[in-house]
Amino acid sequence: MQLITEKGREGRGLSLLPPCDVERAEPAQADCRKIPLGMPSVSETEISRHYSALARRTHGVNDGFYPLGSCTMKYNPKIDEEAAALSGFTQIHPLQPAETAQGCMEVLYLAEKYLCEITGMSAMTFQPAAGAHGEFTGLLLIKAWHHSRGDMKRTKIIVPDSAHGTNPASAAMAGLTVVNVPSAPDGSVDLEALREAVGEDTAGLMLTNPNTVGMFDENILEITKIVHEAGGLNYYDGANLNAIMGIARPGDMGFDVVHLNLHKTFATPHGGGGPGSGPVGCSEALAPFLPGARVQKKEDGSYGWTGAEQTIGSVKAFYGNFLVVVRALTYILTLGREGIVEAARNAVLNANYLRTKLADTYPMAYDGLCMHEFVVSLQSWKEKYGVTALDVAKALLDHGIHPPTMYFPLIVHEALMFEPTETESRETLDEAAAALLEIARLAQTDPEALHASPRTTPIGRPDEVTAARHPVVRG
Amino acid sequence: MGSYVPGTSREQQEMLQAIGLDSFDQLFEKIPEKVRLHELDLPEGLSELAVRDAMEEIAGKNRVFRHIFRGAGAYNHYIPAIVKSVVAKENFVTAYTPYQAEISQGILQSIFEYQTLICRLTGMDVSNASVYDGATAAAEAAAMCRDRKRTVICVSAAAPPAVIGTIRTYAFGSGAEVVIAPQKEGRTDAEALKQLLDGRTACLYVQQPNYYGQLEDCEALAGLAHQAGAKFIMGCNPIALGILKTPAECGADIAVGDGQPLGMPLSWGGPYLGFMAAKENMMRKLPGRIVGETKDDQGNRAFVLTLQAREQHIRREKASSNICSNQALCALTAAVYLSAMGSEGLRETASQCYSKAHYLQKELAKAGLKLKYQGDFFHEFVTESEIPSSVYLKWLEEKGVLGGLPLSRRDILWCVTEKNTKAEMDELVGAVKEVTRLCS
Amino acid sequence: MNFPEELKYTDSHEWVKMLDEQTALIGLTEYAQSELGDLVFVNLPEADTELSAGEAMADVESVKAVSDVYSPVTGRVEEVNEELMDHPEFINETPYESWLVKAADIADTVNLMTAQEYAALVEQEQQ
Repeated sequence: MQLITEKGREGRGLSLLPPCDVERAEPAQADCRKIPLGMPSVSETEISRHYSALARRTHGVNDGFYPLGSCTMKYNPKIDEEAAALSGFTQIHPLQPAETAQGCMEVLYLAEKYLCEITGMSAMTFQPAAGAHGEFTGLLLIKAWHHSRGDMKRTKIIVPDSAHGTNPASAAMAGLTVVNVPSAPDGSVDLEALREAVGEDTAGLMLTNPNTVGMFDENILEITKIVHEAGGLNYYDGANLNAIMGIARPGDMGFDVVHLNLHKTFATPHGGGGPGSGPVGCSEALAPFLPGARVQKKEDGSYGWTGAEQTIGSVKAFYGNFLVVVRALTYILTLGREGIVEAARNAVLNANYLRTKLADTYPMAYDGLCMHEFVVSLQSWKEKYGVTALDVAKALLDHGIHPPTMYFPLIVHEALMFEPTETESRETLDEAAAALLEIARLAQTDPEALHASPRTTPIGRPDEVTAARHPVVRG
Repeated sequence: MGSYVPGTSREQQEMLQAIGLDSFDQLFEKIPEKVRLHELDLPEGLSELAVRDAMEEIAGKNRVFRHIFRGAGAYNHYIPAIVKSVVAKENFVTAYTPYQAEISQGILQSIFEYQTLICRLTGMDVSNASVYDGATAAAEAAAMCRDRKRTVICVSAAAPPAVIGTIRTYAFGSGAEVVIAPQKEGRTDAEALKQLLDGRTACLYVQQPNYYGQLEDCEALAGLAHQAGAKFIMGCNPIALGILKTPAECGADIAVGDGQPLGMPLSWGGPYLGFMAAKENMMRKLPGRIVGETKDDQGNRAFVLTLQAREQHIRREKASSNICSNQALCALTAAVYLSAMGSEGLRETASQCYSKAHYLQKELAKAGLKLKYQGDFFHEFVTESEIPSSVYLKWLEEKGVLGGLPLSRRDILWCVTEKNTKAEMDELVGAVKEVTRLCS
Repeated sequence: MNFPEELKYTDSHEWVKMLDEQTALIGLTEYAQSELGDLVFVNLPEADTELSAGEAMADVESVKAVSDVYSPVTGRVEEVNEELMDHPEFINETPYESWLVKAADIADTVNLMTAQEYAALVEQEQQ
């Protein structure tokens, strides 16, 4: 398909602005650009049709099942979009006087209150714009806390080998050295390995629970105790909170810092890769280090700003991806105390239902009940039939289903990770199971058919090697 | 209670039975009793109608000003209708990161187009798919310049406080040192800067126009950075680039900025857009996603995420950055905005911002608000006055006008965009005159 | 798989070609390139970088992975194979001609294997 820059004709354009109603002024020639702008010359019709065509070539949650493990691709309620589009939110300048932005401040106040209740934390910042940004922020809180106690030697952060790539990358950005600990055979934290890894240089531990293989770590209290006794703090990666929200809280498990992904657990849309929102909650002890200013409710019921006295500073301008927080608050108000629990229960139910339907055919990486997601390992298929996780993923595209997460976690070979979420109906799960069983049949009888998939998508498999060897990154 | 769970309780029971269970509790048996939560202290859920009323009530507690003359990092520009219509398309809104290229060509192509337009706007060679905002883009760019020998980040004091603050916080993480180059008369002090740059300097960050709206001599500042062997990072206002000299022409190694003026509403500070573009030789140091063009197995044009081995999911602790989610929908917004504006529209927007800001400045000077810095400016400028800023601003507020940002007791930072008409400005000036007259 | 007799090998799948007592070419073995798949980029050290035997000195990227290349010697980088910057695929096509680094002032090496010993190691790894 042509690029927007390849469409249109010189001289075309939209009529958007009235004539300038003051005397025209110009900067000095020396300050002006000499190179042409080269923006598209297109009509409104062309723009509208171009992007409609691109939208048709984009699979969203509204198009079909999206069981992308670790990403919680639940349905994004339309009322949340309506709330975020209210002009009382969109037309508010971030530097308006506090008394004229009481509604915005109330949104942050309520979101903080409810999300602290859900996570068992004492305070929260909404400045981080995404999960990884939240990790970075949370690790800086841990660093600042140790520094405030004069304990400068705690520079190591323990990360299980099953962790998301952002965990070690965030630790590196926070100036902490990553100590990878191997997982036990069942995917849980190896307690002996953890005991050996902790010491006087331990800043903390980063953990996802349920972990990245979809299991709740039963030893969680022991794990967080080992780290605390060694003088470290526990960081909870909230990527998988959807499984347990309203059922168990990171704060009660011994975690000191939590980041959430509002664009996963709290149903805000992913927007093709963002904007997300990665608020960070923490215990009372860490609250003085939070970035940015926090909203405080005054005695007269109005809202004001309060700055943390030992703040790590700002991690971004202003107060974060505010409209994403508006959506999440709308979602929480809609579900309420029963709805939050119901969502978690059904996320776990749906995952186990799909797992049960596949378990006789697809080799499960781990046995037994899972939480909100489960991992399949196709290593044996690769050896027996020459069919890989990638082949199965691509074949699913021809069934109109977004593939599960591939090749993650790294500790499972030929991994496919399924997370159906609670917003899918039983029929959808049955249809997906039928499609996957049909693909399994082909893997055994006609692997070539799988290698040739997808056939019905706008393009076939792209040549990623050439793209990386000889990058063409602009038109 | 509202719910998005499709299954009825009967269906849920049947599904439990299919798994071989009787109750939901059995699903959570692995969670130790000690950490089980027995009641969540949240309000009861609401119907859609009730929640809509509740959110409208909260939004109603904000004040929507009739006219806005405040910028300082968030700009009130006109957003064409087509922009809002395109970015509301469900497929774009609800899709995940385009890891599955075959069913994500639309998002991938839109990002490729965004990268193309950012390269043209800045004159740079390569753009990433966006980061969180202008401040984090500046901090990420500074990190790109660091090596074993060069660990000092030099930042102009005339850069916005939010940008300086974010660079400092990122430096607290990485252990880099931040030095601030002083400002003189509202612009980076080149003489003082020379003394600060040396063999340890990784980069110099300057914003154009700067926090006070002033135009910096970026070409000369880039020259100073390069003489010291450091990189030059230029923070840009994308609308100003409609007429102002590009970072490429100024000799920047990396261009960054906040893309909010390109079609994103004020939204109390976010979501906005961080854009980053660099010279070819720094391509592999760029953080975050980059889309590349290639072909599929049939020879059709295709787009994919490329150069992924830089990123955290592959390089883990050795990645150039931890960024994963970006601001893709905002990047799409910027691309549609630039397409709708076209070269002529963008130039006209920039020209009207410049012309109207200069008109307002002259009129305010007559009304008692003196121009503080004498250098040329784009669409923001600082005034000083005998009468406290708060008196003017309160008076304007009562008239439904959001005046400039008070920088101190006497200084106000004003901003004018193409949206502000002559009539609005004259009304503003009239109100300012009233205050000056009453208080003198 | 081809493991030329005249080369020495490491257990981390580099080959070493001694040019004289203190100088050597270092590359990746055929087995290494086949495991890595299509290479798309090579990060090479700068000339004059100090090398320590057994420590990472470079890395190679495929589309979905990055792997460290370990220095088999202690010494100094005399030259890098610039051609690979534009043509990483040469490592896939002709692994034994596509040296990454020419090392000089070699003072020490890791434990180096003969072609037979290395072939046995590869066979073991493949199982």
